[in-house]
Amino acid sequence: MGLLDRHAGLVSLYSEVRATGADPFQIRMERVLSPTEAIINGKKTLLVGTNNYFGLTFDPSCMEAAIEAIRAEGTGTTGSRIANGSYSEHVALEEEIAAFYGKKHCMVFTTGYQANLGIISNLVGAEDFLLIDADSHASIYDACKQTQAEVVRFKHNDPASLEARLRRLGDKPGNRLVVLEGIYSMLGDSAPLKEFVAVCKKYKAYVLIDEAHSLGALGDNGLGLCEKEGVLDDCHFIVGTFSKTLGAIGGYCVSNDPDFDVLRVTTRSYMFTASLPPSIVASVRQALKVVKAHPELRTHLWDNVATLYEGLKAKGFTLGPEHGPVVGVHLPDKMLAIGFWRAMLDAGVYVNVAIPPATPNGVSLLRCSVSAAHTKQQLDLMVEVMTGIGRQMGVIPAGPEQRAAGGTR
Amino acid sequence: MLREATNLIVENDDMPETFATVGAITRAEVMGEICHHLAPFQIGEKPITGATVITKDLAIDSLAVMDMVMEIEDRFDVSIPMNVVAEIYTVDELADTVLKLRARR
Ligand SMILES: Cc1ncc(COP(=O)(O)O)c(C=O)c1O
Repeated sequence: MGLLDRHAGLVSLYSEVRATGADPFQIRMERVLSPTEAIINGKKTLLVGTNNYFGLTFDPSCMEAAIEAIRAEGTGTTGSRIANGSYSEHVALEEEIAAFYGKKHCMVFTTGYQANLGIISNLVGAEDFLLIDADSHASIYDACKQTQAEVVRFKHNDPASLEARLRRLGDKPGNRLVVLEGIYSMLGDSAPLKEFVAVCKKYKAYVLIDEAHSLGALGDNGLGLCEKEGVLDDCHFIVGTFSKTLGAIGGYCVSNDPDFDVLRVTTRSYMFTASLPPSIVASVRQALKVVKAHPELRTHLWDNVATLYEGLKAKGFTLGPEHGPVVGVHLPDKMLAIGFWRAMLDAGVYVNVAIPPATPNGVSLLRCSVSAAHTKQQLDLMVEVMTGIGRQMGVIPAGPEQRAAGGTR
Repeated sequence: MLREATNLIVENDDMPETFATVGAITRAEVMGEICHHLAPFQIGEKPITGATVITKDLAIDSLAVMDMVMEIEDRFDVSIPMNVVAEIYTVDELADTVLKLRARR
């Protein structure tokens, strides 16, 4: 038996997808032109699926900072944070993020995935309880496999479901850690955080919130849902990423826990991997300055979200429950989603396609993400393209003109 | 005698919704509830029994198994930790787990 035979199920699913002539998992950005455009399949394509919420990947000040850092300190650190890989700039970045949140401590990781993986699995251990939302990101699920704590799932965005599970734990000894996300990555919905926090307080549970998709987008200062909901002090651990709004790569966790720094010598995903290269640290520090100095980016983002969300909704598409920088468009099945995705690409628009098992409740989605850098024209075009294909594929009702044409038959 | 899922579903359908959280529960009730939630994943005519291996004999992926378990948890007011779910293979084992956790409450 071959080593990879155990993946047979996924292989057959994948070949089914590929048989359509479209492989969304092997798409190549031949050349990225800007935060909103790239050449794909030799063609200029509008990007509406890149998590680039503020469009900072091409911000001149961030690019200059990165270039300068390379000249000053080279291309990489070639070592871990606990060996030769902690430069003054890594420490400065940690201080800046801590100050941004008004928290005492911050650890910077090489990716957000590693931040979740390492932090969550080290906060709880044997005899403790880890309670996670059913729609948690893969990095949170993977953390569950690296801890001895008992892991219990509660229903997505359902404080009553969490409460039932905390109640059932009764007076068992052991810490309780509840893991939430500011904005969920597939449907763009945010957690009812105030209600969750109230439940956690009642049962003396710690709260960790992953603000990966809400950094910059939510709160008066862009701290995320914790700020928007006024519960910053009740979120004991806040995790985030540099790979979306900040346009680079890397992750962080901030906290006021006095013993937080012990995690630097217990967290394997921090200790046993190289630290971020100087260029990334420099561009992230600059991006954070841009986020602070330009709150209008947040306004642009939400204006753009409204344009896309309301535009698609008016045409009859079934969307995620609320406005968010991620707009998930529901499609009836997997193959149709792939076909739709391919037709969009052929028409010059790139979005993400998400199908089971990567999606909650077995749904198939076209996952669009909005950027402050999108122009209204770009988003109007996107709605037009999607509407045309949606009608052609029978996903949404035909437009008035088409209905009229049908009536004359 | 091994009773088939379909019988149990019919039996269960007559029970009041609130039954689970008051007083003792029987194995048949737990089996009925599990089979009810697994019925949509049945492959062909093959009945769901206690010996049914959940992820093998049914068209259900691991995420859907966890979602199904959440429904069972709420019906019988128990929590089955994910690491325990991972070790459950058959319908019988799931039912036994629920009964064991109920007894410990
Ligand atoms: C909710 C959530 N958390 C964490 C991550 C991981 O982020 P990173 O790209 O920094 O590894 C992502 C990104 O995919 C995410 O969506």
